[in-house]
Amino acid sequence: MKKSVNQLIFAAGVMVLWEGLALAKIWPPYLFPTPQGVAESLWDGFKDHSLFIGIGVSLRRVVIGYAISVVVGILLGMLLASNQFLEDTLGRVILSLQSLPSACWVPIALLWFGLSETAIIFVTITGSLLAVTQATKAGFDNVPRILSMAGRNLGAKGPQLFWHVMLPASLPYLIDGLRQGWAFAWRSLITGEMIYISLGLGQLLMTGRDLNDINLVVAVMFLIAVLGYIVDGLVFRRLDTSLRQRWGMANAASR
Amino acid sequence: MSNYVLDLISRSITGGRVLPENDKLTVTENLENKRSVKIPALESGPTSPRESISLSGVFRSYKNSRGSFTPALQNIDLEIEQGEFVCIVGPSGCGKSTLLHLIAGLDRPTTGEVAVDGNPVKGPGTDRILLFQELGLFPWLTVRQNVEFGLKMAGVSRDERRDRARVFLRMVHLSHFEDHFVHQLSGGMKQRVALARSLTLKPKILLMDEPFAALDAQTRDMLHDELERIWKETSPTIVFVTHNVREAVRLGDRVLLMSFRPGRIKSQFQVTLDRPRHVEDSEVAQLSKEILGQLREEIDRSFNAEYSSEKKR
Repeated sequence: MKKSVNQLIFAAGVMVLWEGLALAKIWPPYLFPTPQGVAESLWDGFKDHSLFIGIGVSLRRVVIGYAISVVVGILLGMLLASNQFLEDTLGRVILSLQSLPSACWVPIALLWFGLSETAIIFVTITGSLLAVTQATKAGFDNVPRILSMAGRNLGAKGPQLFWHVMLPASLPYLIDGLRQGWAFAWRSLITGEMIYISLGLGQLLMTGRDLNDINLVVAVMFLIAVLGYIVDGLVFRRLDTSLRQRWGMANAASR
Repeated sequence: MSNYVLDLISRSITGGRVLPENDKLTVTENLENKRSVKIPALESGPTSPRESISLSGVFRSYKNSRGSFTPALQNIDLEIEQGEFVCIVGPSGCGKSTLLHLIAGLDRPTTGEVAVDGNPVKGPGTDRILLFQELGLFPWLTVRQNVEFGLKMAGVSRDERRDRARVFLRMVHLSHFEDHFVHQLSGGMKQRVALARSLTLKPKILLMDEPFAALDAQTRDMLHDELERIWKETSPTIVFVTHNVREAVRLGDRVLLMSFRPGRIKSQFQVTLDRPRHVEDSEVAQLSKEILGQLREEIDRSFNAEYSSEKKR
């Protein structure tokens, strides 16, 4: 209860400060957005459905890209964890690729796939795939030896050992990785959507820039952040909390 | 045939005598006698006594950080009969756990052979279940799901799994906790979950690695009684590692004393005291004292070894 009161006070404070700065006119209005301006942009955007369409199109892309990242990332992570040779070779490559921002992948995506849906999804995948891979590998590496021994001792082997012991045992790491992968997928998606007239939220951002409409730009940024937060709360925080309660980890209640 | 008669016969053979290694003749003699006594108890078993577990010339060494090899077990020759309850005591670092891992097939000997029912051990198998010192319960499963785990791996149907798990949960008095998660249980309860989980597969061999070391005395007493009852009901072969000599005498048909690194079997003691025994019994105390005398030497050796290696640094 106290938490939400604090959050409300904080939000009100930010609004007052923002409005105050806007009223002070330190910066020209075409560079500094106002709260009313942003609210109007949001209202107009939802009224003419452009924001609804943007959200729908972007969500669809991010879900496709993220789903591919999760499946491929978990498989890759498993491979790396189970094979020292792959870990020493492919593992190093993946580690170095991870420092590339997704904007670096845009030229390749354009050359390979042209101005297409595939290009955008490709960029989305480049952002999240490696994060999921790394987390899966870390998760498997950190499974306590006693758990895999207990599994083998009770007759689990091969795929059974994987499904019923290694995978659930690495879940605490895996969930963190999936969560991070989701955030990265969002970020890369917006980068990818800036490529061309693609109807997504990223393109709406570019429209705002083209029209010199700072309020629209901030409104879309706000929307992207809120969407990311909502999905994180609805999916990942819930997963994390239920896992912590199950395993009896600290902070189960407060998270 | 009633257990009472068997007890009478076995009690008359020895009175909990100490049987050091240099007295080997007596040991074998006693083993022979004991076998002939034990046969009727193995109702469904074959008519001749059978070794359940046999280790011959087993060495196990581990590579240490400096690249040389540290021997953990040296020249272990050991035969354990079907249905026998063998306890192993020794100073920490004597390779007791390694021995259990070898029998469980979770580790391999450097040289020598480990065989179960005459077949060399090549890997883990559900005829030999190891109860780990750290338990290794799965935190993502409920108590009942933990107990069912082995059955699930064996492909037993859901309903049958549940029924069989419940039998063993009742046996360890945890019926009311079947839907709890592991972290919600006390240490003693977790221990009993691990025991139930091991028993559902009805292993022929139960390997227990200091299972009760971390428990308070009351819980341990209770679990001793339960374990003994389960052993009588399902008659598995049990190899029980402990550093608690009284516990070993309380539970075992035979107590093996292992020497400090490299681990060898220094001597064995046949325990023919009447069951049920209790850790507070004077006979148990008396035999424990003798075993403890020898164990002390090994513990002193282990301390000296640690001390001298520290001085060198």
